[in-house]
Amino acid sequence: MTQAATPPPAKKPAGRKKFELDERLLAYKGVWVFIEAERGVVHPVSWELLGEGRKLADKLGVELAGVVMTAPGEQAKQYCAEAFQYGADLCYLIEDPILNNYRNEPFTKGLTDLVNTFQPEILLLGATTLGRDLAGSVATTLQTGLTADCTELNIDMENRSLAATRPTFGGSLLCTIVTLNYRPQMATVRPRVMQLPARDAQRTGRIVPHALGMIETSIITKVLEYIPDNLTDKPQLPFADIIVAGGRGMKRKENFDLIWDLAKVLGAEVGASRPVVQAGWLDLERQVGQSGKTVRPKLYIAAGISGAIQHRVGMEASDVIIAINEDPNAPIFDFATYGIVGNAMQILPALTEVFRQQIATAKLAG
Amino acid sequence: MHIVVCIKQVPDSAQIRVHPVTNTIMRQGVPAIINPYDLFSLEEALRLKDKHGGRVTVLSMGPPQAEAALRKALSFGADEAILVTDRAFAGSDTLATSFALASAINQIQKDMPIDLVFAGKQTIDGDTAQVGPGIAKRLNMQLLTYVSQIDSLKLDKREIVVQRRAEGGVQVLKTQLPCLITMLEGVNEIRFATMPNMFRAARYALKQWDRVAAGIEDIEKIGLKGSPTIVSKVFAPTAKAQKAEMIDTEGRRPTDLAVTLVTKMVTRFPIVRDELNKRAI
Ligand SMILES: Cc1cc2nc3c(=O)[nH]c(=O)nc-3n(C[C@H](O)[C@H](O)[C@H](O)COP(=O)(O)OP(=O)(O)OC[C@H]3O[C@@H](n4cnc5c(N)ncnc54)[C@H](O)[C@@H]3O)c2cc1C
Ligand SMILES: Nc1ncnc2c1ncn2[C@@H]1O[C@H](COP(=O)(O)O)[C@@H](O)[C@H]1O
Repeated sequence: MTQAATPPPAKKPAGRKKFELDERLLAYKGVWVFIEAERGVVHPVSWELLGEGRKLADKLGVELAGVVMTAPGEQAKQYCAEAFQYGADLCYLIEDPILNNYRNEPFTKGLTDLVNTFQPEILLLGATTLGRDLAGSVATTLQTGLTADCTELNIDMENRSLAATRPTFGGSLLCTIVTLNYRPQMATVRPRVMQLPARDAQRTGRIVPHALGMIETSIITKVLEYIPDNLTDKPQLPFADIIVAGGRGMKRKENFDLIWDLAKVLGAEVGASRPVVQAGWLDLERQVGQSGKTVRPKLYIAAGISGAIQHRVGMEASDVIIAINEDPNAPIFDFATYGIVGNAMQILPALTEVFRQQIATAKLAG
Repeated sequence: MHIVVCIKQVPDSAQIRVHPVTNTIMRQGVPAIINPYDLFSLEEALRLKDKHGGRVTVLSMGPPQAEAALRKALSFGADEAILVTDRAFAGSDTLATSFALASAINQIQKDMPIDLVFAGKQTIDGDTAQVGPGIAKRLNMQLLTYVSQIDSLKLDKREIVVQRRAEGGVQVLKTQLPCLITMLEGVNEIRFATMPNMFRAARYALKQWDRVAAGIEDIEKIGLKGSPTIVSKVFAPTAKAQKAEMIDTEGRRPTDLAVTLVTKMVTRFPIVRDELNKRAI
């Protein structure tokens, strides 16, 4: 009674046995990515998914399509053009004033209609507030399987099915989920879990327009107002290039000054493990991990963080990880790039000073 | 006014251990709790009842032990509790779960029409955030997810205005009842159970519905048969082949360690060196 957490005993483990797809479903071809655009910008998770979708489409030997749903205007073509540059071969485009603001009902109808008309075998969405809202509704309407918050997507070549891997039980275990006799196979992926693909400015593709076929008066939910976040006061952890994070090992809120000092020198964002947020030392926005943000900076410095799996899943895609921990057996040393066994209160100020000098020297060298 | 709140009993995952050899979850001795995200929805429902009167029914699908979660909800102030429990539900994924819960809600409607359904944002075990949207679709209700605040509820006009967290801001949405709401975490705090409610919860004759009582005729739609997704493999995260390169600390001052570390890093990782150089401009 959950997204099955243990292999069901009644069915043989899928994937190993050859599986015959229902004839009616053989017509479903192609990999789709829902391009999530709000207020003139596409959420980067859509491009990350195109990168992943490209690999899946190539393995299957099919086309990769973006699905763009937006109010009419210049931006519509712009989103499609960008999707092509990130790897899409074509874009399905629904333009309608109704789509100006996200609402569940018209977006569900539009996406469901597209799926029923053009029949993709795989449909990927970002695990954002919008993507989760939409994916759950679309999967239920289509009566198909949806695997949430995947960390890895693959094709089981034996039966051309999507093998979607996700953490289960708060990240303690991973499970691979397949959707055999249903199409499309749907999955959501959190932002920053997949790598942003390189952009090829020369790439283009074709646009397939489609009508929404709804009138505003038939839609029950109305958007009265949209209050944009004040982005300047909000930490943008997922897109930071350097993050300095502290854990319970920092002992007291005041000790976070050492973290902030280093972050300032490095032009970095400050992150935290969950106990730090729970103690109220830092905002929830700064929590890294399973129930916080997924990050992939070039450099992640973890001070006084044990490296529990729920923290690890949110930051292990960082290019370089420096761990500072008193305990030589802390799990974080199993996956960090560099480790220093020592007291963070002493190491951090030293590190701040050395980085300051390093940057100053680079400045002199020009 | 009649509100249904869907709650799930989950193992307290903070205390879950994974068997190191078999990679199975060791459930023995792990306390079961109400899914923490569901408490924000339950509290919001109780607040609406405080203000507008009416009834709050809590609904759960699960094994017979899930009764404990429902009694807990009664002790917080819910009026009625229904446990949908049947072996036929075993192995249900989110599609099958939302089908079963939607059927049960349709049965509950027969007793008293429903104005609002609440679900949690997500569960800490299934962790999919799909069951709420799924129920809404099946009941053909308007769906409001990630609600941070209920601005107004006008029962005479059958109208509700809420604030919904979107990616880059907050949407203020107006919709018609009945609708399904999932609350954002941290937006309220579950009240304390009162003595009278605790007594009532202990004595309450909890309704247990099997498949038929929940109005489900088609067994193809529940349990494993009704679940499109299949778990093909469960495994532990692989240990990284490479452990951290440890900086030798023996008898050295913090500054020496920091110099060694930074020098090694910028030599081996141009990606970090370039990033630091950007800071020099
Ligand atoms: C469902 C679920 C979701 C979760 N989600 C998240 C999540 O999103 N993010 C997250 O971070 N956690 C999450 N957790 C919690 C996670 O399991 C760990 O409990 C948590 O990450 C531990 O945080 P910590 O490393 O800061 O604290 P601890 O595990 O207490 O580790 C503190 C470390 O600091 C070291 N230390 C102590 N003093 C010093 C010193 N002076 N100098 C240097 N080192 C020192 C200690 O050796 C120790 O290794 C989740 C748990 C569950 C069950
Ligand atoms: N077995 C269940 N019984 C009652 N409610 C459930 C059940 N499973 C899920 N829900 C509801 O659906 C929400 C989302 O669950 P999930 O899709 O598993 O993340 C939960 O917070 C509950 O409100």
